[in-house]
Amino acid sequence: MSAITSLTDKDRIFTNLYGYQSWRLDAARKRGDWDDTKALLALGQDKIIDVIKASGLRGRGGAGFPTGMKWSFMPKEPRADRPSFLVINADESEPGSCKDREIIRHDPHKLIEGALVAGFAMRARAAYIYIRGEYIREAETLFAAVAEAYDAGLIGKNAAGSGYDFDVFVHRGAGAYICGEETAMLESLEGKKGQPRLKPPFPAGAGLYGCPTTVNNVESIAVAPTILRRGAEWFSSFGNENNKGTKLFQISGHVEKPCVVEEAMSISFRELIEKHCGGIRGGWDNLLAVIPGGSSVPLVPASQIIDCPMDFDGLKAVGSGLGTAAVIVMDKSTDVVRAISRLSYFYKHESCGQCTPCREGTGWMWRVMERLRTGDADIGEIDMLQQVTKQVEGHTICALGDAAAWPIQGLIRHFRPELERRINERKGGSSVPLQEAAE
Amino acid sequence: MADAPEIPDEAEVRARWGAFAWTDENKKKRDEVLARYPAGREQSASIPLLDLAQRQVGAETQTQGWLPIPVIEFVAREIGVPYMRVYEVATFYTMFNLAPVGRYHVQVCGTTPCMLRGSDDVMAACKNKGLIKGKTTPDGLFTLTEVECMGNCSSAPMVQINDDNYEDLDYDRTIAILEALERGEHPKTGTQEPGRHTVEPVGGPTTLTAMVKENHDYRPEWGNAA
Repeated sequence: MSAITSLTDKDRIFTNLYGYQSWRLDAARKRGDWDDTKALLALGQDKIIDVIKASGLRGRGGAGFPTGMKWSFMPKEPRADRPSFLVINADESEPGSCKDREIIRHDPHKLIEGALVAGFAMRARAAYIYIRGEYIREAETLFAAVAEAYDAGLIGKNAAGSGYDFDVFVHRGAGAYICGEETAMLESLEGKKGQPRLKPPFPAGAGLYGCPTTVNNVESIAVAPTILRRGAEWFSSFGNENNKGTKLFQISGHVEKPCVVEEAMSISFRELIEKHCGGIRGGWDNLLAVIPGGSSVPLVPASQIIDCPMDFDGLKAVGSGLGTAAVIVMDKSTDVVRAISRLSYFYKHESCGQCTPCREGTGWMWRVMERLRTGDADIGEIDMLQQVTKQVEGHTICALGDAAAWPIQGLIRHFRPELERRINERKGGSSVPLQEAAE
Repeated sequence: MADAPEIPDEAEVRARWGAFAWTDENKKKRDEVLARYPAGREQSASIPLLDLAQRQVGAETQTQGWLPIPVIEFVAREIGVPYMRVYEVATFYTMFNLAPVGRYHVQVCGTTPCMLRGSDDVMAACKNKGLIKGKTTPDGLFTLTEVECMGNCSSAPMVQINDDNYEDLDYDRTIAILEALERGEHPKTGTQEPGRHTVEPVGGPTTLTAMVKENHDYRPEWGNAA
């Protein structure tokens, strides 16, 4: 059976994605949210987790860990003095990512209903939605939507008439990319600097306030009620094996019409761009490279990405990753070295300062990248930079060090001739024009 | 990490802000904030209360607000933790201003997705209006900061000015917004692209077109659910 890799409107989950209609409870109910949520909970904890497992849903925050399995790690019988918590990661800060914002400001009730369903399934006492501080208007909407849900008896005591007590709280951050890392988020929720914790213990054992905690992305939680209503088979009918479901893609950069759109997993890059983005600016021949999953994944040169399936495994096969499905497109007018150097600056700015390789390395890598941008370097420094990225990668508590290293490694892998050209040109040597990928 | 700001003279700041206390309205908001966290976990309120305090300072000074040292000390007393625990939070998170800012805090996103769509032009427009990165204009109206990805990448480039986002910018649109603010107007927030609603493709959505006109319920089209 060939997988469905193209979606029609009836199978889209986020029907108010563009906010043409109201986000409020009565409008959301008319679209199908909060429709007999009690019956969903009546399935029981184990059954809900089984359905989510069977649906093939993998975490939408970047790592792609199976969501149902994550929920099953939580204690089956929480102790009264150690309640379990669900923390929902709405600290969307990965450059290129802008999907959770649309869910929160246009379809917040999907998220709140999902919080109840997921929280119930993992036997949590409450959910904290950690929204990034810069989403100010979005947070206002979310606070108001949560208040509506309380007033309607959908959350709180005897949530949605299920007999289960469940609270949903919104917590605003204050501007720190690192708080999107799950343990940094817990630190921040506890009112501290957002510096990641060593694992183990994992949050499912000791998370928020030392209690069992699961951290999930907004999109992973918000799709759960629809999966339960329509069944695991429906969700898993989309996308290739091991890459199931629908996904919000966020396309930015040099396409004719950047947008956020819900599509089937495993849709090809070409189809995604042709169908929704009006093509590449200047035509397909003008495509230089794509960062397919947010700034933390390596770029992929044009020739390899065009017919690549946009899913976890397809993008892994071309040396990159799906990440958050934030697709940053670069045409041939791009100064690709500057584009990556700007990301290096981002990681330097966002390093929390806890681990030396990252704190010192991100600044060092950015400074070398800036010299490579103008060609003010020696050829040998390209290899030195590569080596330093390898010394940062894997030597830090969290993955920010890796995330800072990978874009540079991708640049060196695919655009080394361009780096060398700039150095030679500055030295007055012969120059080869064009910044084509090495392949 | 952000570059260290120049923290204003302590004696003057103490004279001005030493007696900081919540307004009646913000007292209620403080209680709402504290109610979100379990008893004994008041430290969790450090970020929301610093934000509330910064907003109150902003209201009193007709600016976006900032956090004078005595105000940070006040927040620490409110949640019963040592001053240093709150000070390190105030310095860690970029949205807390440790020095005074202008009436409008113009925060231009310069990260790669915005850069690819022309954030250089947005910066140039700010510069030509007399805004300097990291500085406040002499009339106290604008403070310019370059910030990192604000999560508006499909409607880039963008700027956040105080609580509002302005998206799909170019040079002229940026100038128009700054001039409108100068005149005391409230320019339209969100996308500045004529005809665009939010983050659908320019020219109209390629999906969910039934939603444009009515609050469409797709459930009858679902067919037999599993």
